[in-house]
Amino acid sequence: MDASKQLLVMDSSPQGRVTESTSKIMNTVSLTLIPALAVSVWVFGWDAVRVLALTSVFCVGFEWLLSKWVSYKIDYMDGSALLTGILLAMNLPSSSPWWLILIGSLVAIGLGKQVFGGLGQNIFNPVLVSRTFLIISFPVELSLWPKPFAYDGSTGATPLGVLKTEGVGALSGTSIGDLAMGQMGGSVGEISALTLLLGAAYLIYKQYIAWEVPALFIGTVFVFTGIFYLIDPTTYADPVFHMFTGGLFIGALYMATDMVTSPLTKKGRIVFGIGCGFFTAVIRLFGSYPEGVSFAIVLMNGFVPLLDKYLPDKKFGMVKNG
Amino acid sequence: MSVMEKFKRAFFTENPVTVMLLGLCPTLAVTSSAENGIGMGLATTFVLVMSNLVISIFKNVIPARVRIPSFIVVIATFVTIVDMGLQATLYDLHKTLGLFIPLIVVNCLILGRAEAFASKNTIGQSLLDGVANGLGFTFALFILGGIREILGSGAFLGMPIIPGDWRTILLFVLAPGAFITLGFMLVGMNKISERLEGTKS
Repeated sequence: MDASKQLLVMDSSPQGRVTESTSKIMNTVSLTLIPALAVSVWVFGWDAVRVLALTSVFCVGFEWLLSKWVSYKIDYMDGSALLTGILLAMNLPSSSPWWLILIGSLVAIGLGKQVFGGLGQNIFNPVLVSRTFLIISFPVELSLWPKPFAYDGSTGATPLGVLKTEGVGALSGTSIGDLAMGQMGGSVGEISALTLLLGAAYLIYKQYIAWEVPALFIGTVFVFTGIFYLIDPTTYADPVFHMFTGGLFIGALYMATDMVTSPLTKKGRIVFGIGCGFFTAVIRLFGSYPEGVSFAIVLMNGFVPLLDKYLPDKKFGMVKNG
Repeated sequence: MSVMEKFKRAFFTENPVTVMLLGLCPTLAVTSSAENGIGMGLATTFVLVMSNLVISIFKNVIPARVRIPSFIVVIATFVTIVDMGLQATLYDLHKTLGLFIPLIVVNCLILGRAEAFASKNTIGQSLLDGVANGLGFTFALFILGGIREILGSGAFLGMPIIPGDWRTILLFVLAPGAFITLGFMLVGMNKISERLEGTKS
């Protein structure tokens, strides 16, 4: 009998109706990114819109192409490919040439997601797979960051880049308020910590993302860089600077909390957040790259199956030492 | 088993790299270009053929208990010959392959064929086995090195094949590119051998 014509459906409990669906969650996450994107357009001009449009079209396009090719079903309009595109744009400089965006989108959708069997199967965050791929492959393009409010295409280093190459002394002119609002060089979407926080606060309220990961991620970076600042303030930048520069907020709030690639259990999320923060701080302070958020998250993504297995939640009704 | 069948097995259905996943260390490490792939493959083929030959000759003399050390001594001898020979004739290639030539000693493909085939079969069969597996290995390394060279350096066998102002994908020359390319190669080879065997899953 045709299931849709059944009048009485016999099913086991629970029988509560849930209005959540994959595409609803994906679209909500995309909508919460609008404030941060608005700041980016304000700071970087129409180039930010260009990058955003290209990543969105390419990501959904590749998902559509692959849906013709693979043996399993891909719903390319469920919003997940669009979200991947938006987040990828936020992780690239607004000066990215079109071919860089094309390769980045192919890597995110193909290598980051569909190779593993599609949405929900991937081990690593697709957007960050793409970003690390591009950083390693095209170091020149990904170290030219457009200056804020310089709509003429002139580029410069990010605050973290300046810190890495010229030391903490060169940073004396930067105000924390400007950094928090997003008036600095950087990727399209990473610059404005406050608007990202605003969007993510709604997601935490809706319980789409867990607060443990971003709180411990940012907190660990703060504490770790703070210890080094207290030891030697002439060599190391202060922790507030580290908190508001680079991709820490977008990484902690939107990348590390990806439902597929973050731990399922509370204990796992705590270890995951601390690990991300630790590796970010280590790469920022001692690594050869100025920024370590994406490497740290991809690294910790690899630990997620392990964390899920060895740090399970306490089950109700279990007897101790039973 | 006929000669043709033997080669088909070594190249496709039981290729040492893409099916048995043997000798992945040199496979991943030195295949940043097609030339390196061929060089490494042929060096390994030489060692494989010679060690198969010697081991099949002495298979009845070598005591079973110390057979593995004995095989290694034979293999190490030929690796040293290759190492010195390359240094004398193809110095640039020797410099590129570097440490990975002495490391042919621990390539499990060679010990694997010695243990599984040469120590149990006739001299002629062992020679054929060595040539087929060595060339299968070389073939896989050549393809892998070729793909990585085209994508990573924009060249094939040292000849530039893309316009000069195009950018190449540096990642494919580096270690992660080796893993990614090998992964896609395994997919491709599995598809090809499925076609060859006529079994479609």
